[in-house]
Amino acid sequence: MNIENTTKIAVQAIFTNKSRSFLTMLGVVIGVCAVILLMAIGNGLQEYITRQFDALGANTITVIPGNIFNEGGGFGGEESQIAALTTNKLRFSDVRDIQRLDGIKDASPIMIGATSVSFQNVTKKRSVLGALPSYQHILNTKTKTGDFFTDADNDGAKRVVVLGSKLTTDLFNTADPIGKTVRVNGQAFRVRGVAEEKGSSFGGPSFDDYIYMPYTTYVDLFGDTKVTRIAVQATSKDEVPRVIDSIKKTLGKRLKTDDFTVIETTDILKVINQILSVLTLGLGSIAAISLVVGGIGIMNIMLVSVTERTREIGLRKALGATPNTILLQFLIESSMLSIIGGMIGVAIAVLFSLIINKFFPASVNFSSVALAFGVSAAIGIIFGVAPARRASQLSPIEALRYE
Amino acid sequence: MSNPLLQLEDISKVYTIGETTIHALDHVNLSIEDGEYVAVTGHSGSGKSTLLQVSSFLDKPSSGSIFLHGKRIENFSESDLARLRNKEIGFVFQQFNLLPKTSALDNVALPLIYADIPVQERYRKAKETLELVGLGDRLKNTRAQLSGGQQQRVAIARALVNNPSIIFADEPTGNLDSKSSDEIIEMFDALHKKGKTMILVTHEQEIAHHAQRQIIMLDGKIISDTKKRKK
Repeated sequence: MNIENTTKIAVQAIFTNKSRSFLTMLGVVIGVCAVILLMAIGNGLQEYITRQFDALGANTITVIPGNIFNEGGGFGGEESQIAALTTNKLRFSDVRDIQRLDGIKDASPIMIGATSVSFQNVTKKRSVLGALPSYQHILNTKTKTGDFFTDADNDGAKRVVVLGSKLTTDLFNTADPIGKTVRVNGQAFRVRGVAEEKGSSFGGPSFDDYIYMPYTTYVDLFGDTKVTRIAVQATSKDEVPRVIDSIKKTLGKRLKTDDFTVIETTDILKVINQILSVLTLGLGSIAAISLVVGGIGIMNIMLVSVTERTREIGLRKALGATPNTILLQFLIESSMLSIIGGMIGVAIAVLFSLIINKFFPASVNFSSVALAFGVSAAIGIIFGVAPARRASQLSPIEALRYE
Repeated sequence: MSNPLLQLEDISKVYTIGETTIHALDHVNLSIEDGEYVAVTGHSGSGKSTLLQVSSFLDKPSSGSIFLHGKRIENFSESDLARLRNKEIGFVFQQFNLLPKTSALDNVALPLIYADIPVQERYRKAKETLELVGLGDRLKNTRAQLSGGQQQRVAIARALVNNPSIIFADEPTGNLDSKSSDEIIEMFDALHKKGKTMILVTHEQEIAHHAQRQIIMLDGKIISDTKKRKK
C-alpha cells in the first residue's frame, strides 16, 4: 500500500463530504488568515514608521516646546502636551543660538499652521510649513520639479511656495505648476517647486499635502512667531550626543528645563519599534488561539467521521488494509483538511492585506506566511493522531458488525 | 499426500462477557481441501460465525493452531493477517458492505489497492470481474443505484478480483428476495464448478444442500460433517 493510493482515498473522503470538509477547514482558514493579517499590519506599521524616520533625515535632532517626558522617563500625559503647545516658548533666537554651536551642520525653525490655498477655481484647506532654506537638507526634502526657496527668498520674505506632490495634483491636475500663481491665505504666491513624495507623516497630515514657504514669509503672512519645533542636523552621527548636551545647555540659559525637549529621532524609532514588535507578537499569539480552535474542530470532525465510517474501516481491514494503512489514511485526511485550509487562509490573507494596504500600512512577510502555514499543517497532524489511532485500532469484526 | 488448503487444529475461542465465559469454539478440528464447497449450518449462537471469522483470519483463536497451505499462521501479527486476507481470502457478507457513494468499479477494485496493483491493471481486472458476474453494464453505478441482488454480485466480484484461495460467505442470501437468492446460489455453484474453494455459513437448509460438504455446529462443536458422494 503506497502513499499515493492512501492520499487518493483520503481526498475522495474529503470530497464525498464537501460541505462538512469546507466548514471544518473554515476554522483553519480563519486562524491562518488572522495570524497573517495581524502580523502584516504590525510589520507594515513598523516598516512605515521606519520609512518616516528615514525621511526625516540622518543625524537629525528635534527640539520641541514643553516637556513631553514625565519624571519617570515615560511620555507625559495629554495635559502636559497640550500645555506645551499653548505655552510654547521657543523663538527664532533659539535657532540662531543653536546654529552657533560646535558640531552643528545646520538648524532651521519649523513653523506649522493651517491655511487655504487656491488655484483658479480650486480651493483646498492645507497645512503650511515655514522654514529656512536649509530645511531642504536637514529633513531631506528634494524637489521633483523646480527649485526649493533660497536665502534670498527668505531674506526678502518673498511670496514663493514649494508644494507637496499630492497637493500639486489636487490643484493643478496634470498641468505644469512651476511659475504659476496660487493664492495662499488670500495672497498671491509664485510656485517655485514641487517636493518629492514622502508618504504620510505619522500622526499629522501628509508631507505631500504641505505648502512650504520661507520662514520670514510665514511670519510676515501669519504674524506668528512661536516656533513649532526646531530641526537640527549634526555634522556626524558621533556628534549627536554632544550636540544634544550643548543644545540643552544653550537653551537652558534662557528657558526652564520644562519649556523644551530635545529628541533624537533614532531613539524614538527604537522605542516605537520595540513596542510594535511586542504588540505584533501579542496580536499574533491571540490569533494563534483561533488556529488551535480550528485544529480542535478538525479533531472533532475526524472523531465523528471515524465513528460514522466504522463499517467502512472494518471492511477495508477485512479486505487487507493494515492498521498502519488506516492510520495513514485518516492522518492524511486530517492534514489535508488543515493544509488546504491553510492555503486558502494564506490566499485570503494576502488578498485582504492588499486591500487593507490602501487604507493602512500592511506588509505580509514570508516568515509569517511560513509560520501560519507550518502551524496549520502541524495542527492537522497533531489533532489527527487521536482519531486516526482510534480508527486503526478498531477490530475488523466489531467494526463490520457496527450498526 | 499434500497438505490441506486450510487446517484448524484444536481451535478454541473464548469470550468473557461480564462474569460469564462463552466457549464460542470448543476444541474444533477441521480440514478443508482445495476446491471444496462447504456449508456450515447451525442455530444462532452455535459458533458458526466465529468459526468463519477465525478461519478467515478476521479474528485470532484463543488457543490451537491454524495452517494455510501447510504454513502455521496463528502467531501472525495483525498487519500480516491483513496482508494474508488480502491475498488469500474473499469475503461475501450478508449486508453486502459496499462503500457508499462509490462506483461498482471502485468497490471491486478496493482489494487491489491494498495489494499495490497499479491503477490501470486494477481497473482492467475490476472491469473483467464485474463482467464475469454479469454487471458489465453497471460499472459506474453506486450502491444506491443497484438492487440488493446486484449489490451482492458486486460484492462477489470484489471477493473474486484478487483471485483468492478461499471465498467465505456469511449468510450471503440473508438480505435478498428468493429470485435474487437463487441467482446468487447459482453463481456459487458455477464458481465451485470452476474449482473455487468456498465456505458458506447459512441457516437455510435448502442452500446448504447445494454444497458438496455439510458441517453442522452446536455449542461451539462440530457435531456432524458429511460429504456428498460425487455425482
